[in-house]
Amino acid sequence: MPTATPTLTPAQLDDFGSELDAIRTRVMADLGERDATYIKKVIRAQRGLEVAGRGLLWASFLPPAWLAGTAALSLSKILDNMEIGHNVMHGQYDWMKEPALDGKTFEWDTACPAEQWRHSHNYMHHTYTNIQGKDRDIGYAILRMSEDEPWRPYYLGNPIYATLLAVFFQYGVALHDLETERIAEGTWNLNEKRTMLADMWRKVRGQTLKDYVLFPALSGPAFPLTIAGNATANLVRNLWAFTIIFCGHFPDGTHEFTKEQTENETRGEWYYRQQLGSANLTGGKWFHILAGNLSHQIEHHLFPDIPAHRYAEISVEVRAISERYGIPYNTGPLHRQFGTVVRKIVKLALPPREWVGRRVGRVLPTVLRPALGSLLRRGSADAARDTPAPVAAEAHAEVRPKELVAA
Amino acid sequence: MPTATVNRLLRSSLLEALTYPHGVDRYVELVRPLLVKREVRAEVTAVRRQTPKSVTLTLRPNVNWRGIRAGQFVGLSVEIDGVRETRPYSPAGSAQAADGTIELTVSTHPEGKVSRHLRDHAQPGMIVGLTQAQGEFVLPEARPERVLLLSGGSGITPVMAMLRTLCDEGLADTGEIGFLNYARSPELALYGAELEGLAERHRGLSVARGFTRGGSGSLSGRFRREHLRAVGVEHGEAASFVCGPPALIDAVRSVWAQDGLPEPAVETFTPTVLSLDTAAAVGTVSFKASGREAANSGLVLLEQAEDAGLTPDHGCRMGICNTCSCRKTAGTVRNVLTGAVSSAGEEQIRICVSVPVGDVALDL
Repeated sequence: MPTATPTLTPAQLDDFGSELDAIRTRVMADLGERDATYIKKVIRAQRGLEVAGRGLLWASFLPPAWLAGTAALSLSKILDNMEIGHNVMHGQYDWMKEPALDGKTFEWDTACPAEQWRHSHNYMHHTYTNIQGKDRDIGYAILRMSEDEPWRPYYLGNPIYATLLAVFFQYGVALHDLETERIAEGTWNLNEKRTMLADMWRKVRGQTLKDYVLFPALSGPAFPLTIAGNATANLVRNLWAFTIIFCGHFPDGTHEFTKEQTENETRGEWYYRQQLGSANLTGGKWFHILAGNLSHQIEHHLFPDIPAHRYAEISVEVRAISERYGIPYNTGPLHRQFGTVVRKIVKLALPPREWVGRRVGRVLPTVLRPALGSLLRRGSADAARDTPAPVAAEAHAEVRPKELVAA
Repeated sequence: MPTATVNRLLRSSLLEALTYPHGVDRYVELVRPLLVKREVRAEVTAVRRQTPKSVTLTLRPNVNWRGIRAGQFVGLSVEIDGVRETRPYSPAGSAQAADGTIELTVSTHPEGKVSRHLRDHAQPGMIVGLTQAQGEFVLPEARPERVLLLSGGSGITPVMAMLRTLCDEGLADTGEIGFLNYARSPELALYGAELEGLAERHRGLSVARGFTRGGSGSLSGRFRREHLRAVGVEHGEAASFVCGPPALIDAVRSVWAQDGLPEPAVETFTPTVLSLDTAAAVGTVSFKASGREAANSGLVLLEQAEDAGLTPDHGCRMGICNTCSCRKTAGTVRNVLTGAVSSAGEEQIRICVSVPVGDVALDL
């Protein structure tokens, strides 16, 4: 079922790591004027779009102004969150020593307080990428995005939860670091989360006040139209961010790892996991900018603190290196990558064959079993043909660096 | 719109709420960098080159500037190859300057990134970042009757500020001021003509200048006790201020010490060569915010942090600009400049001049 995975010796993995380290060292030493000019240009564009969008929505009683204003504000929020916020908060521009672009203090135009994002994303997700039970970005504790997550009837709602998450993405991201899934486990403690909740309240209040009270109030009688415009801009940003982010680690061909596999990882193995766990998107210049260059998810996970606009040129080298070592490099156009994500969301909503088999055996007469069984078998055969890479636990043998080493 | 109205408007809480979470400044600065409400910034209004190795800037600070006491320094920031570099400079202008401008004379060093940049690129209209004035090397509020100002090289700037302030306040006429200045040569001497002019106009002021590498002045060679006679101010009775290279400061200190006088006020912008006992270093340095740890190498904490792969903010690397100030959450440190050992509790420390005494935890 899975694609062939490379048989790399520890020495080869070390070499792979050293080659990537060399790219990193070279690019970091080269950072300067060009990168500073780039990010300042993007910020100027974002602030310009934001002011233009707010201005046009002030005159939102004119339909063309509403449309143009909503479009400008949507673009502003997308740039703010993706190419600016996400990347600046990774510390990609810390070398500029510019307080307004300091990764540790930057805030962004979304519900999630930057401080919590820095913990859940920069630290948890980027360190433990695609490790089951450690990377909470696998399904965000809401969805079943891995066959290793045991199926429960709750997951029948997978496509609905995914849709809701896409629509309310900024609030989903905001709630992420609260770890509310631990409420059900009984290990969640309100006292531990009090400061976090207070910060969230402050951030959400500021965002809501601006988008849904103050700017609409400034529009006077046209306030419902301004509210609608602002809500639409937030929605467009939510859908776009969800789409790009879900294409980062969930398309077919991305690999998952277990805690045991990744204990005492070497640097080469860490790079190897980052690469196998991530997927790229192909597209033009503007597509990459609007995606915050997360369309170069592989390069982003290899070098999270290199300014993202450099990923395009780095990707040429990373790809060549990967080819030499025979390490898969997962990339494709948005429609194809996102298509496989949607299929995974739907497929994993349904119980696995064994589960159905067990229940069916118990409740249905034996005559129905063969028919249903063959139906399910056909379904999963289709899926297997379309799914070249392993996601299930039994497939891990093929992607386990340690075992490859032994082999 | 009048400036006051604009400034009031920019500071309204409504505008702050409308520009949440970035804040008004992040929009305003793209159009008018000086209008920001939180940072001190200044526009270069004049540039002159007194000597081949210096550039003198006149700066007009924005409304956030809280003024300066004669002798203090400011951190000046400029962007060079994408990086905002900050260096301390002592303004040389009078604290009483009626137009509120700041005069900075920057001496260029062969290796000096910022000084060379300013020499080559400074021009009227350029915007620079500033810190508020800092430093304790200042004239006392109760002005002394007798003042001795000694300086060498680029160290002339803070004492020049003191002298100009005293002149503006009339004390150079009623009191006694001695001004001793050393430069390598007449061509490299800063403020030569102005000093002579001031000495002519103010009867209480006596100026003596010397050139250490050629050129004849009223003083010969490096500072010696006899040089004090040239200005006729009794050093035992004067409030004394010394700024310059370590050799000058040491020479002045030893004369004062021989005479049993209290130490004069001193300032030097040349990093002292630190002799650190790295062999005897013990303990662990924990960088809490980044989750890293390293064995104490005995170097200053800024270098230890950099060795651990962190990139803490820093400026002068000599304990003056406070850019590297960082919260110490546990442990004791020794200040390498003063030898002072800190308390063990939580406090802000300047990591560029602090070495750990055993285990130390930083919020970095």
